[in-house]
This record gives sequence, C-alpha cells and structure tokens, in this order.
Amino acid sequence: MTVLAVAEHRRGELRPVSLELLSAGRELADATDGDLHAAVVSGDVESHADRLNREGVDTIHAVADGEEFNHDVYTQAVTQLAETVEPTVLLAPDTANGLDYAPAVAERLGAPLLTDALDLSYDERLTVTRERYEGKVETTLDIDAPQAVVTLRPGAWPRADGTGDAEITAFDAVIDESLVRSDVTGYQEIGGEVDVAAADVLVAVGRGIESEDNLDIIRDLADALDATIAASRPVIDNGWLPADRQVGQSGKTVSPELYVAVGISGTVQHVSGVRAETFVAINDDPNAPIFEVADYGVVDDLFEVVPALTDRLTRS
Amino acid sequence: MKILVTVTEAATVDTVFEIDGLDIDDRYLSTDLNEWDAYALEEAVQLAEAEGGEVVTVTIGSDGVEETIRQALAKGADRAIRVWDERLAALSVLDPLTKAAVLEAVVADEQPDLVFTGVQSADDSFGATGVVLASRLDWAWGTIVNDLQLDSTVAHVTRELEGNLEELTDIQRPAVLTIQTGINEPRFASLRDITRAQQADIAVESFADLRFDADALVSSIERTDLYEPDTDGEATIFEGSPDETAAELAAVVEETGVTR
Repeated sequence: MTVLAVAEHRRGELRPVSLELLSAGRELADATDGDLHAAVVSGDVESHADRLNREGVDTIHAVADGEEFNHDVYTQAVTQLAETVEPTVLLAPDTANGLDYAPAVAERLGAPLLTDALDLSYDERLTVTRERYEGKVETTLDIDAPQAVVTLRPGAWPRADGTGDAEITAFDAVIDESLVRSDVTGYQEIGGEVDVAAADVLVAVGRGIESEDNLDIIRDLADALDATIAASRPVIDNGWLPADRQVGQSGKTVSPELYVAVGISGTVQHVSGVRAETFVAINDDPNAPIFEVADYGVVDDLFEVVPALTDRLTRS
Repeated sequence: MKILVTVTEAATVDTVFEIDGLDIDDRYLSTDLNEWDAYALEEAVQLAEAEGGEVVTVTIGSDGVEETIRQALAKGADRAIRVWDERLAALSVLDPLTKAAVLEAVVADEQPDLVFTGVQSADDSFGATGVVLASRLDWAWGTIVNDLQLDSTVAHVTRELEGNLEELTDIQRPAVLTIQTGINEPRFASLRDITRAQQADIAVESFADLRFDADALVSSIERTDLYEPDTDGEATIFEGSPDETAAELAAVVEETGVTR
C-alpha cells in the first residue's frame, strides 16, 4: 500500500507533528512493504521538503500554491494529489488546520474519515484506535474501504529522524480561484500580563472549582506556594480567569518544577501542554485521565483537600 | 436571516462504569445538550435577536433525545427538527460523513442563510461534521470560530489555533461555521422558557420526508472493541482523610524544594 502524509507548517516553520506523521506513515507502510509519500503545500516548500526528507520517506511532493495555510487551497491541492498518488491511507495532523481541510478531502475522495487517531495498524484492512467519552475508554474501528483519511493526535507518535534519500518532486495542483472562498487576513496572539510559561510553580484550576467565587481557595493555595495561577479551558470560557492563564493545546505549553492540577479532568487538550518535573493532581473522579499523567494524586473532594493543603503549607 | 444549528445529545460517563460489549452500559451514561452546540445555539440566537430572523435546530436521533432538543428550544431556538430512521440505529458508528449526508438533506429543505455547528461533540469528538457538510453543500466554511462579525456577503471570523494564536479569516456567505466554546455566554433558560419549550412541537422528519437516499448510509467503519485504556502513568495515590492526604501532598511539595 501507499501512505501519503501531509505536513503542517505555520509562519515559515514546519510543525513537529509533521515528523510524527512520517513515523506513523512508515509504520503503516511497513505492514505491507509499501511506500511512504509526504506532501507539503504552500509556503517555502523547498526548505520544508528538505526537512521532511527523513529516513523511510520515499517521495516528497512539493505543492507551491499559496504562502500560508488556506483550507480551500489545501482541500483542492491535497485532493488532486491523492487522486494522483492513490494512497490507501492519507494522514493529516489532528490540529486546528488539519481538521480544517482533511474532512473536506475525505468527502471529495468518498473515503471514510477517522479523526484524532491514537494508534494505527494494518492487516488486510486498516484499524484505527480512538478515544471516546473524553478519554475514559478507547475503541478500535475497522475500516472496510480501499482508501481512508486519518488525522493523527499530535504527540502520539515519535518524530521521524535520520537523513532520507527521498525523491523530491513538484506537484502542479490546479487551483480554481473561484472556489477559494476564505481569505486569511492575519494572525493575533493572545497576550496578557501573566506568562504562565515562565512560572516555576503553577496551581492550575479546572471545571471542578464549580464557580468563580470558589477561586479564593485556589488563590490561597497559590499564595502558600508562591505560585502562579493557571487554568484549563472551561475556567477561561466562563470568564473566571483571563485567557493568558490557559494551559493546553490552545493556550500555553508550560514546564514548571511543580504543577498542581485542581479539579482538572485531564483531557488531552489540557495535559498536552504540561511538562512538569513534579505533577500533582487533586480530583474526586478516580477514573479522571489526569491521574494517568500525574506523579502524585489525591482522589477526594477538592474543597476539603485544598484548604487542608494550604493550611499545612502555611504552618510548615 | 435563517440560521440552522446542529444540536447533538452528548453522553458523559459516570465515575464508576461497566462496558457492555462495544459500548458502555446506558446505566452509566448521563446525557446533555452537547457543550459546543450550546455555544453555537447562543451565537445564532444572539444574531437573530440583533438582526431579526429565525433559529432552527436540527438533531439526528431517536425520540429519546427530545428532552435535549427541548433544552435548545428553551435556550431560544424558534423551531426544532428531529431526523430519525431506524436504519441509523443499525450503524456501528454514526460518523461525520453519514451525519453530514443527512444534514445536507435538511439544509436542502430549510434553505438557511448560515449553518452553525459545535466544533465537536463531547462523546465521540470527531470534530469534522461541519466541514464535511460544507463540502457536500459546496459552501464556504470556517472552523473553531471564537469571534464572529457578519456583513451581507462575508463572515469575518477569528479562528482559534494552537498556542494562544488566532487566525483572522474572511469567509464568503453562505457558510457553515463550527463554533468554539467561550465565544459567548450561553444563557440559562427561564422557567417560562422551559415551560414553553415543553409544549413546543418538534418536527420529526423521516428519510422519506427529506427525500434522502438511504443508500448513502453504507458506512465502512465498524467498531470492533471498546476497553478502558492501560494507564501509562504510575501516579502515587495518597489515601486517607483530607488532613492525611494534604500532609502527604505537603511532603511532596517540600521535597521539590519550591517552598524554600
């Protein structure tokens, strides 16, 4: 079989997930002694193609249409490339941009679409592993189709390394400008007064805090630890803390010495942004995924444990 | 202006649960209006309140989802459509391509000016139905929208990317927009709204009503296993009273040296 992995780049930089796609793609292609093709669309395709030239990549297609990501251009270019390469599996990243074009490509190819894949295997047919119910269970799905489009969770595969000897070839997509109905006019960064990424100690609060008024116990704990307060998405969405406090995929990536997660369930969108030396979690749900990444945990009511911890730290 | 909002009933799993074959036993599932769809609905209702127009919800589901649909009606939808056919129940997975095929038929019937969906559902989290629907309709689309300003021909949207970065994009109308949480503050329904919603009619559409070709329902995705994941983590879990566990945690904190 042939696997086609579509790389992602932003503002001139190839994103790391692109190299993860190559690892996944090579594993899959190896299952049938097949070929791994990579593709890069828009921007400085030559330099991106050079960076994609890792061990195990057979062919790299450089599609030089557009400067930055535009989903209408990507949809047309990737669909045309897939119609030419005819991959058994087309891989894209499960990112804001991957999910902005891969579903349309699947629809146009008439191929089933599996998003947020955690694992892949191939034994006469493709099998995809995904989560359900916010990570509490995993499911395997068998795909009975000659072609499939799969988006891969960032971080689920290692990055491909080594130097490859892939053939780098230009692919001339025919972009119908009348079908380009979206126009990216710019970018903006969410700024703020607090840089959670720079903090050595973070107390992060999640949905379990229940209301803005209850944040006082978090402030007390942060004071006792001389910590910066961070938050998971629901707290930001509710307007209880400003957006610059958000940790996770759409917020900041943090790497503190100590991370205390309070009332955070631990969705991948949150924990993918945490690289703590010591990770502590307090949550009353023993099945919360946060305990899969924590070093230490307490399964109990945060409204009892947090004040008790603050009291201990203040007294010591 | 007519806005069609897709509304899903999403399930969450109780703290303790059992797996029954390829799904979690219903006893351990709680259902609610999908969180992302609540924001999509609120955005539509606010637009209709500001500029006039109608907000219509569409839900794919059996009659068991009607309470969720009434939640949407109580939160400001003018009308609700429920689409169901027993052939849907036979599918192993209700995947985005199948859902979009059904929704396309509703759009053809309703002829809305815009379609809003939530970015994803909380349970299956495919995050793709909106884009597939737009592609089927040959409409423009915008995803992960966390700010929206409309003019007569263009939707000016802010898209949430990763790492505190947002993309500003102009999208031609008509369009399908997938709405991110946090774009607004979904309203609580008043008792009066809840009472009104309880009495409202929900239009039930069959495939025949929609002139939907059921041949499109041939899904090539089959669920073959469901299990609790192996945990990679080796977290040390402290047990005891809150005072006892707090003491253990305090010792961990002191060991890190951050309190010195």
